[in-house]
Amino acid sequence: MEHIISVTVENKFGVLSRVAGLFSGRGFNIESLSVAPTLDSSMSQMTIVTSGDERIIEQIVKQLNKLIDVIKVVDLNETEFVSRETAIIKVHTKDADRAEALRIVDIFRANVIDSTPSTYTIEVSGDPKKIEAIINLLQPLGIKDLVRTGRVAVAREPARPAAVQTKKVARD
Amino acid sequence: MKLTGAEIFIECLKREGVKTVFALPGGVVLKIFDILYQQKDVEVILTRHEQGAGHMAEGYAKATGKAGVCLVTSGPGMTNVITALADAYMDSVPMVCFSGQVPTSMIGNDAFQEADNIGLSRPCTKYNFLVKDVNDLAATIKEAFYIATTGRPGPVLVDIPKDVSMAKAEFTYPNSVSIRGYNPTYEGNKWQIKQAAEAIMKAKKPILYVGGGVIFSSASQELLELAEMTQIPVDMTLMGLGAFPGEHPLSLGMLGMHGTYQANMAMHYSDLVIAIGARFDDRVTGKPSEFCPYAKVIHVDIDPTSIRKNINVDIPIVGDCKNVLREFNQILRATVNGEQKELRKPWWDQIQEWQQAHPLTYHQEKDGPIKPQQVVKRLYELTRDRDPIVSTDVGQHQMWAAQYFKLAKPNRWLTSGGLGTMGFGFPAAMGAQAAFRDRLVLCIAGDGSIQMNMQEMATAVVSKLPVKIIILNNGFHGMVRQWQDLFYEGRYASSDLGTTPDFVKLADAYGAVGLRVKKVGDLDAVLKEAMATDKPVIVDVPTYPYENCYPMIPAGGCNHEMLLEDPPELKKKQAGAGKVTPEDKDTVLTA
Ligand SMILES: Cc1cc2nc3c(=O)[nH]c(=O)nc-3n(C[C@H](O)[C@H](O)[C@H](O)COP(=O)(O)OP(=O)(O)OC[C@H]3O[C@@H](n4cnc5c(N)ncnc54)[C@H](O)[C@@H]3O)c2cc1C
Ligand SMILES: Cc1ncc(C[n+]2csc(CCOP(=O)(O)OP(=O)(O)O)c2C)c(N)n1
Ligand SMILES: [Mg+2]
Repeated sequence: MEHIISVTVENKFGVLSRVAGLFSGRGFNIESLSVAPTLDSSMSQMTIVTSGDERIIEQIVKQLNKLIDVIKVVDLNETEFVSRETAIIKVHTKDADRAEALRIVDIFRANVIDSTPSTYTIEVSGDPKKIEAIINLLQPLGIKDLVRTGRVAVAREPARPAAVQTKKVARD
Repeated sequence: MKLTGAEIFIECLKREGVKTVFALPGGVVLKIFDILYQQKDVEVILTRHEQGAGHMAEGYAKATGKAGVCLVTSGPGMTNVITALADAYMDSVPMVCFSGQVPTSMIGNDAFQEADNIGLSRPCTKYNFLVKDVNDLAATIKEAFYIATTGRPGPVLVDIPKDVSMAKAEFTYPNSVSIRGYNPTYEGNKWQIKQAAEAIMKAKKPILYVGGGVIFSSASQELLELAEMTQIPVDMTLMGLGAFPGEHPLSLGMLGMHGTYQANMAMHYSDLVIAIGARFDDRVTGKPSEFCPYAKVIHVDIDPTSIRKNINVDIPIVGDCKNVLREFNQILRATVNGEQKELRKPWWDQIQEWQQAHPLTYHQEKDGPIKPQQVVKRLYELTRDRDPIVSTDVGQHQMWAAQYFKLAKPNRWLTSGGLGTMGFGFPAAMGAQAAFRDRLVLCIAGDGSIQMNMQEMATAVVSKLPVKIIILNNGFHGMVRQWQDLFYEGRYASSDLGTTPDFVKLADAYGAVGLRVKKVGDLDAVLKEAMATDKPVIVDVPTYPYENCYPMIPAGGCNHEMLLEDPPELKKKQAGAGKVTPEDKDTVLTA
């Protein structure tokens, strides 16, 4: 199952490679990872989208906690959260398609952030389903470039750190 | 007063109580060596290879319980020490490794002898630091020792660029360390502890499964109290040997792949596994889905990731063994009575039955080839009064040492378990000897493994580390040959070592003492002669080449399904084979 894990880390040299190395070294899967400084510039916030069964997610959370540069780990799936991803899509637009492109932009409440005689560059933000949907609609026009930020997410209520002690689970 | 980075480095070592550094110099660390040369508080042991330096630091750490320290140069010095770091990481050995680095201005330019020390060591250290500013050096070293020795111990690397060791800064050593992302849990959860104590009271077939964690937390006394009070038998992992007295009636010996019959049967049929500072390694669990099918599991470990990594746990307790065992004992002292003993009588009867049915066995003929088990057994019997420290290399001899050398106390057993590093034994023994100059330090080695760090004999001779090496010389990578006999139809692909060097002459060439046991009747006399020597000694013992180590649980097998002796076809083959006997090997050797 997919989990979104929010990780507060020291904002210093090498931390990203420690986290990335943990995932690759232990064969955990990363779907996306985003990182940027927080309000307190001594810390950064990572949002990691990963997947695995309960046992793997438990190990991921524990292994992240074990990293010395990791300050807090929250498995957002344990709470209610909101998440967003932004995509920037450059579409090829011939005369007739330009109006169609704008219609799609309008439906998805996306923005055109750049335009040239033969392209529109569109910015869209939302959950992954919405982004998939707009991509599908724009595809026939001809997508020249597509970049996505990966998801960022935040808990709706103040979030508790993920359980460090193991939860009791029936033995298999 | 301002000090150079090199001087700060040494001041820090002194503050940490470091007496010995295992080291090998090079361009970028010359300033540090120059300062080391001019002082007397910290002894420098010059090794012949950085891997040796690393394993010596490990041996020092395992024997003393304090962090071992090594110092290497950039580039090849660093890459050479990686094996030791990886070994220490797998076995949770506290150590601090200092590496030299090219000047900060040149990092990343493919400078001479540059390597990405941080990148290289990241997956095999608990943490690592690149010191970019001499003003951070003292605080970094303080943190390095703190991280290496607290929580689950492990190796820490501090990478010091050349210019940092030359630059000057005001020296102040911090009194304490606080790292917001690092707060090991020492106290176990009270509610969980209570649950565990209740389960212990109720269990009919409990077993204590204890590992290296008991030794790291110096909890042997507490463990002994628990076991004796509750009359629960004790299984030890390879890394836990010495945590509980090997000759104690409650000790069932080592469990796992080459564990004793009773240890593995007791584990398999128990109804409550009490794991203390052990990590359910695959050499112990066998096939995880069939592991302890009837048992509830209590797991005490300081590292949450160890819990439920391989095996489901019913009562997890994150905490330090010593603290948690104390709390167990406190609760149980008030509740234990004769009833539990009565309740468990059938269990003890069963265990004794197992013990008698299949004790560890081997057959030594009076004039036959020397059996390796006999060597370990006599070595044990002849030296036990001297409370020796024992190291091993990796292979069959390691397993026989684990089975037959019964340790009474912790911190006497130096072996490479997690990584299984051949070549570990000799330098590790030297590290322990450097810490305890007056103690008897033995290294039980294989003829294959010893050759992986033989060069350190020069260090042993020059630095006067009179380790006694006993080579169980079977002419083979014996452990590999055993697997080939059992699982590859006896095709000895690259396991026959051919003519090994004459270890007696080799010892002599280094200025050490070389002795050889020619027949089993000479064993005691030669071992005694070795123990009476005050120099490093190699005792070469040509042993029966085809001896296999049993019991054995084939990889991925179930714990109650052990091979106890050679299968019939193998016996037949060995009886008929006109292969080299130890005597032949001996002639080859001395020719
Ligand atoms: C050829 C070969 C054969 C082997 N065969 C066997 C075999 O038959 N049987 C066997 O047992 N092993 C065998 N091993 C070794 C095996 O690979 C593992 O290294 C070993 O089983 C691990 O021991 P351990 O569980 O005690 O863990 P260790 O590696 O000693 O780990 C210690 C555990 O304790 C925890 N800990 C550390 N400090 C504390 C503290 N203060 N408080 C609480 N917990 C703490 C750590 O977090 C860790 O989980 C073999 C190795 C080789 C090379
Ligand atoms: C560095 C290293 N390389 C390879 C191995 C694989 N290996 C495990 S045991 C063994 C044979 C060890 O031979 P020896 O030291 O003679 O011991 P014996 O089994 O004969 O007692 C080998 C090659 C290893 N453990 N370590
Ligand atoms: Mg051998």
